[in-house]
Amino acid sequence: MAPPPDHRLPIKRAAISDQQRRREVALRLQADRRSDAQNRARQLASSVLSLGPEPATEPEVEPEQEMSEASGQLAGRSDLDPVRAARLRGPEVRKWFARQLMLPEWMVDVPPSLDRDWYVFPRPSGKRCFVVSSNGTTISRLRNGSILHRFPSNLPNGARTKDVSGPASSYSILDCIFHEPDETYYVIDMVCWRGYSLYDCTAEFRFFWLNSKLSETGASDPPSQYHRYRFNVVQIYECNLAGLQASYSGQVPYVKDGLLFFNKHAHYQAGNTPLALVWKDNVCSQYVLDTDSKGQIPSQQQVVLELQNDGNLTTSDDPPVALGSLSRDLIAQSGLRVGNLVRVAIKDERMRLVDGKLDLGELQLVGKTNHSRAFADTYSKVLFQHAARHAPLRIEDLVASIQSNSSMDNSQALDVEMEG
Amino acid sequence: MAMEITQALLAAQSPDGQVRTAAESNLKQFQEQNLPHFLLSLSAELVNEQKPPESRRLAGILLKNSLDAKDSFRKEQLTKQWVTVDPAIKSQIKEALLTTLASQVSDARSTASQVIAKVASIEIPRKEWQDLIGKLLANMTTKETPASLKQATLQSLGYVCEEVSPSDLEQDQVNAILTAVVQGMNQAEHGFEVRLAAIRALYNALDFAQTNFENEMERNYIMKVVCETAVSKEPEIRQAAFECLVSVASIYYGVLEPYMQTLFNLTANSIRGDEEQVALQAIEFWSTVCDEEIAIQEECAGTDEGNSVLHFRFVEKALHVLVPVLLETLLKQEEDQDQDDGMWNLSMAGGTCLGLVARTVGDAVVPLVMPFVQANITKSDWRSHEAATFAFGSILEGPSVEKLAPMVHNGLDFLLSAMKDPSSHVRDTTAWTLSRIFEILHSPSGTIIDQSNLPKIMTVLLESIRDVPNVAEKVCGAIYFLAQGYEDAGSASSVLTPYLGNIITALLSTADRADASSNRLWSSAYETLNEVVRCSNIPENANMIGQLLHEILKRLGQTMELEIVSTDDKERQSNLQALLCGVIQVIIQTLNGSEESLPVILQSADQMMVMFLRVFACHSSTVHEEAMLAIGALAYTTGQEFAKYMPEFYKYLERGLQNFEEYQVCSISVGVVGDICRAMDDKVLPYCDGIMSVLLKDLSNALLHRSVKPPIFSCFGDIALAIGEQFEKYLPFVIPMLQGAAELSTQIECTDEDTEEYVNQLRRGIFEAYSGILQGFKNAKADLMLPHAGHLLQFTEAVFKDKNRDEGVTKAAVAMLGDLADALGPNLKLLFKDCTFHAEFLGECFQSDDDQLRETATWTQGMIRRVLVS
Repeated sequence: MAPPPDHRLPIKRAAISDQQRRREVALRLQADRRSDAQNRARQLASSVLSLGPEPATEPEVEPEQEMSEASGQLAGRSDLDPVRAARLRGPEVRKWFARQLMLPEWMVDVPPSLDRDWYVFPRPSGKRCFVVSSNGTTISRLRNGSILHRFPSNLPNGARTKDVSGPASSYSILDCIFHEPDETYYVIDMVCWRGYSLYDCTAEFRFFWLNSKLSETGASDPPSQYHRYRFNVVQIYECNLAGLQASYSGQVPYVKDGLLFFNKHAHYQAGNTPLALVWKDNVCSQYVLDTDSKGQIPSQQQVVLELQNDGNLTTSDDPPVALGSLSRDLIAQSGLRVGNLVRVAIKDERMRLVDGKLDLGELQLVGKTNHSRAFADTYSKVLFQHAARHAPLRIEDLVASIQSNSSMDNSQALDVEMEG
Repeated sequence: MAMEITQALLAAQSPDGQVRTAAESNLKQFQEQNLPHFLLSLSAELVNEQKPPESRRLAGILLKNSLDAKDSFRKEQLTKQWVTVDPAIKSQIKEALLTTLASQVSDARSTASQVIAKVASIEIPRKEWQDLIGKLLANMTTKETPASLKQATLQSLGYVCEEVSPSDLEQDQVNAILTAVVQGMNQAEHGFEVRLAAIRALYNALDFAQTNFENEMERNYIMKVVCETAVSKEPEIRQAAFECLVSVASIYYGVLEPYMQTLFNLTANSIRGDEEQVALQAIEFWSTVCDEEIAIQEECAGTDEGNSVLHFRFVEKALHVLVPVLLETLLKQEEDQDQDDGMWNLSMAGGTCLGLVARTVGDAVVPLVMPFVQANITKSDWRSHEAATFAFGSILEGPSVEKLAPMVHNGLDFLLSAMKDPSSHVRDTTAWTLSRIFEILHSPSGTIIDQSNLPKIMTVLLESIRDVPNVAEKVCGAIYFLAQGYEDAGSASSVLTPYLGNIITALLSTADRADASSNRLWSSAYETLNEVVRCSNIPENANMIGQLLHEILKRLGQTMELEIVSTDDKERQSNLQALLCGVIQVIIQTLNGSEESLPVILQSADQMMVMFLRVFACHSSTVHEEAMLAIGALAYTTGQEFAKYMPEFYKYLERGLQNFEEYQVCSISVGVVGDICRAMDDKVLPYCDGIMSVLLKDLSNALLHRSVKPPIFSCFGDIALAIGEQFEKYLPFVIPMLQGAAELSTQIECTDEDTEEYVNQLRRGIFEAYSGILQGFKNAKADLMLPHAGHLLQFTEAVFKDKNRDEGVTKAAVAMLGDLADALGPNLKLLFKDCTFHAEFLGECFQSDDDQLRETATWTQGMIRRVLVS
């Protein structure tokens, strides 16, 4: 029997042919990786954004200066390049991500100009994580760098769907809190979008970008086959009286865990920063006082610190702050090694502030912390917890600070006018 | 003077190998020493009625081979050769060819008509041999012309039409040809052979008849004659007439309407009762109408302008009568058809056409087919049962999921139980239908497969994969698409996890089966394994995939032990190695996506590399394409570590890059160079002299398939980016190549989409090369590029103004502009001030929907501004 005419494919035939597909996949991966490599070389990431999002309407003034600033920032910021992270493998990836989150300090006193320079919003209770979408998957990583979820999402290149624009390998990185009860990622910051870094952008710009870009993608849509979890934006307020009030006592669709304050002008800075602050009391958080490893609130304040070479116990600040020490005998006895995180109890009555520095007095070893813990407490956390037990910073204090600020502002404004 | 070569031509066909070889080499010598006289002697042999038919036939073939070749480069050479032959000799040869058409020997006539067409294909576009058509037509109009000459003349006209393009003939020549051909079809005047030659010539002439088909009177006349010919008494002529109708449907769909009632009756009668060869063409007519209407629907999809394109919905209008005619054909199976999928008979053609009908009309086909399915599927004779299943399987693509899902849901159990039917035809078609269901209708969010029926489906598939080879192959297809439904499904793919071990085991033992008559079953098993690996949930199954990797490596090792006696053995070994390397490649790509599973690959990297090198080593002449692809994936995964493999691997890489005959291998090797550059960075330096010299040679090689050239340019960019300023020494070679290619790309005439796409790819490659070089030189040697900046800007401007520019080129061009400004800085101030197209170009990019393009343009704008204010 004659074969079918040249162009006519019989409907009943062996349907699978994988080789051409393998060839195409290989070619596509190569093209993506070339584009990655060239973009990396261009260091597109920071320079694009330092030019602003609306270049067409930007006045033609002093671009040169802006550019040189941009390159200056680049030089000093080698470990913040998210594209470079694309090259890391295995445990390096985890370490890298562990260093990338911006960690708010605890608010132990009220920063000046709270109402002018800061945003505030109610912090969702849950797991703080970095969400990275690229190459058709979305991965969320906890603070210690370990993976929380791997899933398809509507974030750019977050699922292997056919309608993506741009190279599949371009990254988007969001700073999120995963809220278990409604299985939703609440986005609290945007670090990188479609391969372009927002590290060197102000919080003001990042929030603007976050609100405009996220909604374009359908990431806030309800979960579906190619979008396993919903991403919601947290409502962010100017830190005036109304904003503070709304954050503190307003209804939100998630369980609150304190308030977060972001300085509008601060860039995204990995590690601890005083330009982002967390504050809580019993009204806006269920977890004001730290619990121990059994989930109980211990009678004495407990602190997690890192054991150093010299036997000192330090915080996770950069540089670390030594808050006490363990004797060599005790170290040997308990089988501790340098770098271990240890939980110690503070004898309250011995703790005091001396010349603005914390002196914990005698420390009592409780034990090693469990594995998932990656960092020691920060200095500000120790202080906040101490204050919470004795003389907490109250919501009234925050309100008072804003009120006094605004009156001061008015007078300053008047002064200026009169001078003019 | 022509030479006497009869003896040589006869000897060249001698059964005695020695005699043959000697004669062949004599002829070859003659050809090389004096081509014009060689050709003249061949034509003298062909025309001479005194010579034996065997020597005349070979003379004709050698003539034809001196004028035409499949390979386009060779063909170009032959054309040039012919053009330079002395016109006096050429005219003698052509005269001899035309005289041969009147020969008594039919072989000589038929060979001559083919050679005439080959000469015409060279000369007519050059406006030579302008009296050819006139001379041929004279044969037709002279009363006393014998039938044999008329037949040969019509054949020649047909072949000429096949060889030359419509634009090369004048309309009056076309008119005369059509008149001659149509007259040749006159039943009262001509015998069988002339009429057959005429209708076949018409088939080739249809492309030329554009103007004639626009004229209603001429069109009516042509269609009337073809339809009359379709009911001639000789089946060969009827078949050829239906072939013409198929071609008319495809070329002149827009004017078919007035003839459709007649055409429907003709085709339906033929499908029902004519001889198979004729009926197949009648079915093909409807398949072609479907092709046209599907294409129209796809063109109009998403636009409201359904009416701006002529869409007559012939299929929809004929549906109620067409579908029953097609369903009847499904019952006309052949006894052993399940043994050969390539088999083309009434049932296959009917099912294929029904599938196209379903894609054309969608839901409307379902109520017309389902009664047939229901009436026949439970009958005990295999023909009814198989035809019903085939009908159902054929209409799965086209109708909506909503329409089909309930029926599939109700029928699935029945189909699964039919996998135990005594007839292997039934089992074969049932397995095929299952695979179509999974391919078209199954997705994780769909309702076709759920936790309630998945266990049963898996049980049946894993049992049936042990069925006879043809059924097992279809079952592999079913597993492939079942797995594919969970691709990109994230954790939803976990539902396959409980079965994964058994699936892998079953596929591995299927790949081992000794009863497969061809490699096809093995190949289906391994390719299905690839899809199962891609769709498996990592990291959940990372360990199992790791074990699979070891098993595959073991099997790859065993292929080296196979005893190789014949070329068949060699081919079998090579195919098996290809399949196994393919699986490894997929495993690497799947596992390197996750940090938990990455160590699985890294641990085995040495072992894999050793295997790949052994695969290369056991093929002396060529480099294994699949092994090369797998190495690319491995290089990306291992990063700088790959350097340790380079000393051993390099020679194979070089061999792959030199393999211009198998351009796919060459192209993949070029891609692997890119992978290696990105993996090794400047550690690739020691190999660059070698790589660069092969790549440069490739670029100057006229025999290399053109599709490999753009990737080579991109690859220059990869190398420059990896080795930075060390690229300087290649600049004197690379820059002229890039400039030459840039120039060429502005000169190529884009007559078709393929050429258009090629020009775009070439330009993209050129821009990527410049980007890599500029970035690589940026810190130390940027000034080296200064002399080329003017040219680059001119080229970019030319590309900007090209209306055929695609988005890939736009991106690469804009990025390169930014790289140029970034690398050369203030030096370019005057150049950028003088040429202003970049503002317009960037403005266009800001209007794009593509975020990445807009952002690249923003960056480039920043870089250019920095230069302008410097």
